[in-house]
Amino acid sequence: MLAIVGEKEAVEAVRMDDFPIAWEPLPPMIGSKAALAETAFTLHDFAPDNVLTRGRVERGDVEAGFAQAAHVASGSFETGFVEHAYIEPEAGYAKRIGDTIHVFACTQAPYMDRDEVARVIGLPLESVRIIPSACGGGFGGKLDVSLQPMLAVAAWVLDRPVRCVFSRIESMISSTKRHPSSIQAKAACDAEGRLVAYAMEGDFDTGAYSSWGPTVAGRVPVHATGPYKVPHVRNLSRAVYTNGPPSGAFRGFGVPQAALAQESLFDDLAAAAGIDRLEFRLLNAIRAGDTTPCGQTLEASAGLAESLEALKPHWERLLAEAAAFNAGESRTRRGVGIGCMWYGIGNTGMSNPSTMRVTLSQDGRLTFWNGAVDIGQGSTTVLTQIAADALGLPVAQFDLVIGDTALTFDAGKTSASRQTFVSGRASEAAAAALRAEILRLTNAGPTARLSLEGMTMTVEENGVVARIDLAALPAKPDGTVLEGIGSFDPPTVPLDGMGQGVPYATYGFAAQIASLDVDLDLGTIKLNRIVAAHDVGRAINPMLVEGQIHGGIAQGIGLALMEEYLPGRTENLHDYLIPTAGDVPDIDIILVEDPEPLGPSGAKGIGEPALVPTAPAILGAIRHATGVTPRQVPVLPHRLWELLREKEGRS
Amino acid sequence: MTRYLRPRTLTDALALRAEAAGSSPLTILAGGTDVYPVRTHRTAWFEPYSRDILDLSAVPELGGITHGAEGTRIGATATWSAVAAAALPPAFGALRQASRQVGGVQIQNRGTVGGNLCNASPAADGVPPLLALDAEVELASLRGHRRLPLAQFVLGNRRTALATDEILVAIHLPPQAAQARSTFLKLGARAYLVISIASVAAVISVDAVGRIASAKIALGACSAAPQRLTDLEERLVGLMATPVLADAVSAADLASLSPIDDVRASAAYRREAALVLVRRAVEGLLSSPLEVAA
Repeated sequence: MLAIVGEKEAVEAVRMDDFPIAWEPLPPMIGSKAALAETAFTLHDFAPDNVLTRGRVERGDVEAGFAQAAHVASGSFETGFVEHAYIEPEAGYAKRIGDTIHVFACTQAPYMDRDEVARVIGLPLESVRIIPSACGGGFGGKLDVSLQPMLAVAAWVLDRPVRCVFSRIESMISSTKRHPSSIQAKAACDAEGRLVAYAMEGDFDTGAYSSWGPTVAGRVPVHATGPYKVPHVRNLSRAVYTNGPPSGAFRGFGVPQAALAQESLFDDLAAAAGIDRLEFRLLNAIRAGDTTPCGQTLEASAGLAESLEALKPHWERLLAEAAAFNAGESRTRRGVGIGCMWYGIGNTGMSNPSTMRVTLSQDGRLTFWNGAVDIGQGSTTVLTQIAADALGLPVAQFDLVIGDTALTFDAGKTSASRQTFVSGRASEAAAAALRAEILRLTNAGPTARLSLEGMTMTVEENGVVARIDLAALPAKPDGTVLEGIGSFDPPTVPLDGMGQGVPYATYGFAAQIASLDVDLDLGTIKLNRIVAAHDVGRAINPMLVEGQIHGGIAQGIGLALMEEYLPGRTENLHDYLIPTAGDVPDIDIILVEDPEPLGPSGAKGIGEPALVPTAPAILGAIRHATGVTPRQVPVLPHRLWELLREKEGRS
Repeated sequence: MTRYLRPRTLTDALALRAEAAGSSPLTILAGGTDVYPVRTHRTAWFEPYSRDILDLSAVPELGGITHGAEGTRIGATATWSAVAAAALPPAFGALRQASRQVGGVQIQNRGTVGGNLCNASPAADGVPPLLALDAEVELASLRGHRRLPLAQFVLGNRRTALATDEILVAIHLPPQAAQARSTFLKLGARAYLVISIASVAAVISVDAVGRIASAKIALGACSAAPQRLTDLEERLVGLMATPVLADAVSAADLASLSPIDDVRASAAYRREAALVLVRRAVEGLLSSPLEVAA
């Protein structure tokens, strides 16, 4: 590997032809089918069969389950590479300061960046400082390092500041993608429509290097059955090395791909059992007290049924509208579909702690030392709100220090929909610890009201007023006189060989409905409306929650209808299409708040749950409108047109 | 270092063009909306884009839109926003509709009609309406001016009849029948900002007794260069103008197309979609009562 460092003009004038490197193109191994074929060559010596990792969740007796079923549905499903297409391409700079290196760059995981940079240069961790820039979106794509180690090595070796800005094309060429998937799945229910068995095998093309392939292979089997009670389950996944671009983290870690297969088959089962699709899901919805395929009994906060109940009037109205619309002879047909999802908040069956700190200084400054990187979703706002509530002072009084590895504790990465839940609890604990300290100094009780003015903290309880002169307190070298530190690590139990354990402390639940029109002659789709019901435990900031849902739906529309990254061909935003404002319909949002006892004020996560149900709902609506069932996304116009031609050829 | 040339007269521009014609060709820049993505693409793949730039944006002779009894002149550097805002008769509806679908508003504010033609993309949204309006291009060089029908100028994918010392000066459109109506339909995989899978422009006029007096139909993105469907046009002339005529359009009428498979669609789909679009364009124009010649 080679990096060229220099003044801008010199670097830009470099021609590939001038390099003393002879390239010999070899036949590539594209796609997991090729990499798993008997004739495949081995990509990495440590993985002779090209399998990076396997995931498994097995419970009950799946063969017996299928044997006793009244209705069985099965199918194969394909998805392709998807680009994150965050607004901000990667950018940053590094500078060497003595024997330390500072890197300023966009990231979702400053502490992981620090560890990686230290390992690449061969420095102790404390010699590396990562300062995250304001981040214009990540969606998982900034969970891997991009330019951070390159910048650090160049600045270290040259002892000069070094900067780099990726163009959009460079960003798309070099960043990770959503894992393409090939999923075979089979589902079964009894005569009354109760699910009895589910089996799936999914291969996920992880590309040339592992990136977050293990996380995808681990998450998929846990979630692949969907948010339902299913007694007999066998979910198997493989992350497969190929010569494709590395697939990494992308909003949902493989769960959106698995949900497409599962929700589609459940539509088949509902039809076979003669049950309305929403009622089928309600009948089978997992609820508090039920046991998951991992053997985990959900203690609380399982709001799928409530979400479905909330959607019912919308579902019935949109179905009636579609029936009325379709009564005509038009070559445009209207359809309505539904998709559900669950999503484990935080890392899968492993520790993922967050630590937060709130301080008061001698000069009266109240500071929130928050290591959670805000990637545009609003964690800075939400965590400050939580800290303010727990401390009892207004948000506006906080000074913020965000995600600087030299100044803040490790809050873990901004991924897995974990910051509101995990770092929220840590923020709550940190602020509560500071409050306890203040109350102790003034001998006040828990209901006391705080106010901070200048260097004076006033504590009032039942008309009794006490004051703390912060300037008079003994201070640490940095001026801190009082501090609260709080940590939270969601309680989980690692999965055993059969995928049994407690992978997550809590789950988000959601159901979405899509209404759309299909042009039968052109295979084009126009979305009319999406109604989304999400159990978020508690919406700390409803506007931000709704923003996440709007964005997740837009990205789900892209996955369903237009986004397909073709390496070497679509590294720009005119060949690679993402939805525009004209492609996103009106969205109605219903926030369901089934509180999570472990969460801050009952809150869970929303980042990834927002995206997962959208594509299944759209595919269900296409099928409702046309009678054809797409099993490959994106459903580009020509693909749907081909399915429609096949159907008309049959009939 | 590359040179950035910004002449202030057409004569100066032509002199620079002639001077470079024999040696290192100039990249002509008007709005920059095609030059910029090509340059960023090449830079990202280590192919620095080092041609000298000839910026035509300061040449007054190339701008403006004028319309009169003798016809319509659209200056080569007229932007799509200028076309959208121009007071042009109903026959130009297709061109106006296309002008609002070339990229987004920012692109329409920068991108020029001449640039769209010279870039010669098979999917250029400007070409089908101009073909259907019988456009001619005016080309200038130090050797003099010449005019070509648009179909003889846009020759294929990224291929035009522009000589290395020439500059496209203007597009000329003959007077259109007062009662002519037109429409532009564009098909893409998303609502806005999309490169066409197929596009159609149709200009139809009807005579005093309700027969089709003239029909001009052009298709984009279905052959190396957008093309007119002259056989179909001739077949329609003289027929009674009713929406059911759309059903008479058949796949055979589109036999001259040569659509390709690419990232946007399959060839088979393009061929079928083109037929659907032509039928819809004809049906749409003949469904609303057309003015008839007095």
